[in-house]
Amino acid sequence: MNSAKERLINGIVKENPTFVLMLGMCPTLAVTTSAINGLGMGLTTMVVLALSNVFISLLRNIIPDKVRIPAFIVIIASFVTVVELLLQGFLPFLYDALGIYIPLIVVNCIILGRAEAYAYKNPIIPSLFDGIGMGLGFSAALTCIGAVRELLGAGELFGIHVMPDSFVPVSIFIMAPGAFFVLALLTAIQNKVKIAGEKKGKDMSKIQSGCNSDCMNCSDSGCAHRLYDEKADAKTTKETVIERENAKMTTTDKTVKEDEKNG
Amino acid sequence: MVKDLLVILIASSLVNNVVLSQFLGLCPFLGVSKKTETATGMGVAVIFVITLASAVAGAIYKYILVPLNITYLQTIVFILVIAALVQFVEMFLKKFIPSLYQSLGVYLPLITTNCAVLGVALTNVQKNYGIGTGIVNGFATAVGFTISIVILAGIREKMTYNDIPESFRGMPIVLVTAGLMAIAFCGFSGLL
Repeated sequence: MNSAKERLINGIVKENPTFVLMLGMCPTLAVTTSAINGLGMGLTTMVVLALSNVFISLLRNIIPDKVRIPAFIVIIASFVTVVELLLQGFLPFLYDALGIYIPLIVVNCIILGRAEAYAYKNPIIPSLFDGIGMGLGFSAALTCIGAVRELLGAGELFGIHVMPDSFVPVSIFIMAPGAFFVLALLTAIQNKVKIAGEKKGKDMSKIQSGCNSDCMNCSDSGCAHRLYDEKADAKTTKETVIERENAKMTTTDKTVKEDEKNG
Repeated sequence: MVKDLLVILIASSLVNNVVLSQFLGLCPFLGVSKKTETATGMGVAVIFVITLASAVAGAIYKYILVPLNITYLQTIVFILVIAALVQFVEMFLKKFIPSLYQSLGVYLPLITTNCAVLGVALTNVQKNYGIGTGIVNGFATAVGFTISIVILAGIREKMTYNDIPESFRGMPIVLVTAGLMAIAFCGFSGLL
């Protein structure tokens, strides 16, 4: 089970979806008002991610290449619905706390990203562990952000009062602006590490470069591969996509013709 | 009735701003806000798509999902409907209104995966809005998105001349700006 262990570590540390890949920012900011909410959201996402990875990996030879994205979305949406109903039935407090962000897991780019980048190309067991690893990494990140916000904003940790009585809670941190500030600080620290590393001559290209070329879903606007920033860029993207598709078509045509030739 | 709609209009566009207080549609908000021009284009495209999507999703919910008693399938149905709708709108504009397609076309595919669209469709259902009210809510939400993205783009244009600490260049300073805007928008909460 060496590869399983490797996938887990990869998801939690090396390619942590929040801190390294900067994916799935909407739920990251919205539900991290407390550590427990962050943990709940992270684990919910992990379940969906693991299940959809397994399922997509199972079906990877059946799903035609051209309709794979809609197929992924239907699979993911089905699992999200299942998980939503389970939460509503068995963990109603979490269901109420997360609210509309549970169905919105469907558009969480981590899940579609992993489906496209890993599960569609790999066997079932590694895909399962990839999903669990990524999910755990996401949960860890959300819990961290939630803990910072809860500690500063309410003086509590997992609902338990920890700060001394003289501490006056900075309630802005559990309100919407606090989410932006905490994330800004975290990315600034990450930049700092990256710059320091580059000065030492280390290869830091791994940080913030886990690009699955799905720029539509990517929030990393500092990304060099950014394709939808400028109008012109977007046009070229589209053109390249079309060109790529045409190229694919011609190659398939060729293979068909060759097949015909070969009889 | 008109008063209710007006309340929804203000609540969804300013008080509960979709980006700054609900964190929906963050990706285009951070990604397409470098220039005011592109931000405006994106905003208009979002208004167009969200208004249309809330009408279609509302109609499908009321006339198909509820009579068949399959409302639990709403997430799956809505995401597919939105994806199909955006594709359809794109093809329609390309064929019949090329001038509009020229200006909105590039933004349309980007909106398919914008969580704000799905978010509005789901909120409309959750709050039991009728189709008409849902459309107003969708329109207001999208207007809120446009207001905030255009303001952010304006600030970012000015900010390119500033001397920003090295670690804060790029994403962090944009997030700080967004946070300050969110504080400013908190001021609207006294409106209702």
